Amino acid sequence: MPPVIEVRELTHSYSVGTPFEHVAIEHVNFTAEAGEFLALIGHTGSGKSTLIQHLNGLLKPNSGTVLFHGEDIWKDKKFTRTIRSKVGLVFQYPEYQLFEETAFRDIAFGPKNMGLSEAEIRQRVLRAASFVGLTDRLLEKSPFDLSGGQKRRVAIAGVIAMEPEVLILDEPTAGLDAKGRQEILSNIRAYQKAQNATIIMVSHSMEEVAELADRLIVMKNGRVDAIGTPSEIFRQAEHLRAIGLGAPQVTEVFRLLREKGLELPADTYTLAYAVKALCRFREGGGHA
Amino acid sequence: MLKDITLGQYFPGNTLVHRLDPRTKLILVVVYIVALFLAKSFLSYGLVLAFLVLAASISHIKPKALLSGMKPLMIIIVFTGLLNIFYTTGDDAPIVNWWIIKIYKAGLIAAFFMILRIMLLISGTFLLTYTTSPIALTDGLEALMSPLKKIKVPVHELAMMMCIALRFIPTLIEETDKIISAQKARGADFETGNLFRRAKALVPILVPLFVSAFRRADELATAMECRCYHGGEGRTKLKVLKYGKDDAIAFLAGILLLAGVIVLRTFGL
Repeated sequence: MPPVIEVRELTHSYSVGTPFEHVAIEHVNFTAEAGEFLALIGHTGSGKSTLIQHLNGLLKPNSGTVLFHGEDIWKDKKFTRTIRSKVGLVFQYPEYQLFEETAFRDIAFGPKNMGLSEAEIRQRVLRAASFVGLTDRLLEKSPFDLSGGQKRRVAIAGVIAMEPEVLILDEPTAGLDAKGRQEILSNIRAYQKAQNATIIMVSHSMEEVAELADRLIVMKNGRVDAIGTPSEIFRQAEHLRAIGLGAPQVTEVFRLLREKGLELPADTYTLAYAVKALCRFREGGGHA
Repeated sequence: MLKDITLGQYFPGNTLVHRLDPRTKLILVVVYIVALFLAKSFLSYGLVLAFLVLAASISHIKPKALLSGMKPLMIIIVFTGLLNIFYTTGDDAPIVNWWIIKIYKAGLIAAFFMILRIMLLISGTFLLTYTTSPIALTDGLEALMSPLKKIKVPVHELAMMMCIALRFIPTLIEETDKIISAQKARGADFETGNLFRRAKALVPILVPLFVSAFRRADELATAMECRCYHGGEGRTKLKVLKYGKDDAIAFLAGILLLAGVIVLRTFGL
């Protein structure tokens, strides 16, 4: 069975034919399987945003193809439009795109554009709202009267309501406090589990991606620098620092502790694992 | 795409034209426009065109850039040309006389001149914005209009408003692009349907755009107050405008152009 999304030799340049022409991404290759959580990391301007806008057909590649279940998403115009509801894209700061009178109606915008029946739309809106933890009372409010975190959740629900097989999020936790970040991430997780959906998340937080992602795609200057599991990627912390990224903070702390002579595991990427390792270390009387 | 709009765009550079005092350039554009409207013959139009070509070549602005800026105005240019062809009557026999359509030689010439005039007018003003940064432009305008302060015209405030408006055009265009993409990702359709449906499809773009424009205005006002902005009273400039030798040469060129066109006109050429 072909993967849900397959990207082959994708290349895109902006402002072709003007003095401002520049290559945003070139020769990008990767696949995404059903139910997989992919994280896209890379320095600002490394082409992450350009790449994700190709996955639902908002940008047309200069060369290369994007396959959805093995079919080229640009094979005909109608197909490209249906892809938009199957590959849901949540932009950065999505709360700036809210426009309806009530949160409910804003979430319903996507399903309505899909041409669903009134009853089906209602059901989907309520389901999406429950995924992101919005109460019925909030749904009847104007989206502009909600708090920042609530607005963000309404916007994400607006995409989730289309029930896409692939959910792409561009820095969904940017500008939120710790609690808001945790909530949004567990909402995304819940959607992934319930629908067996593929998640592709752009993030600058190494802690987040170490915690959540099955595989990481590292972008550098418009090219894919590396693809692998968090442990495979974070093993090369030196290289990551060289391209303007880094390992999770807990990995750095453990590295420094190891330099001081403590025998701790080098492959520590998440807080939960770190706590376990430290407990073992104490019980072992200093010998993990 | 919206990004391709070149209106009011500034191409940075370090040529003689770029370095001229913005006041000089503004006055020269006025002189150029006056000369253009006084021109009546091939010879005088040629003179104006030569002036433009000279200025464009000194400033390294490619003719393509000047012409591409005219694209959105093409309909007006063509329409004006057609009106002149069909509605100008001459003394001699019409070249084309078919049904109700009569085309005279005078009409063709009038249309040619009118189109040339509009194109020269637009390219001249584009040359100004291509070679002058928006800030320099508003500084120049403020300096030129400062005598109006005596009759209580809020010159500084007007210049500041213009400066802010120009500054935020690219920002708003970028914002609009982003919102369009985001709504398209939710399945919004801006391309099909009748006029009414298409107008309605703009709501999901316009509402967020207005909301963010107001938010930005609010933030900007706060930021300006934080930096103690309190109007033009006693405000000094980072770059004090000063006329130099280049400006004298430019003024001379402008005077020669105007004089040339007037002389040609009085001799009926």
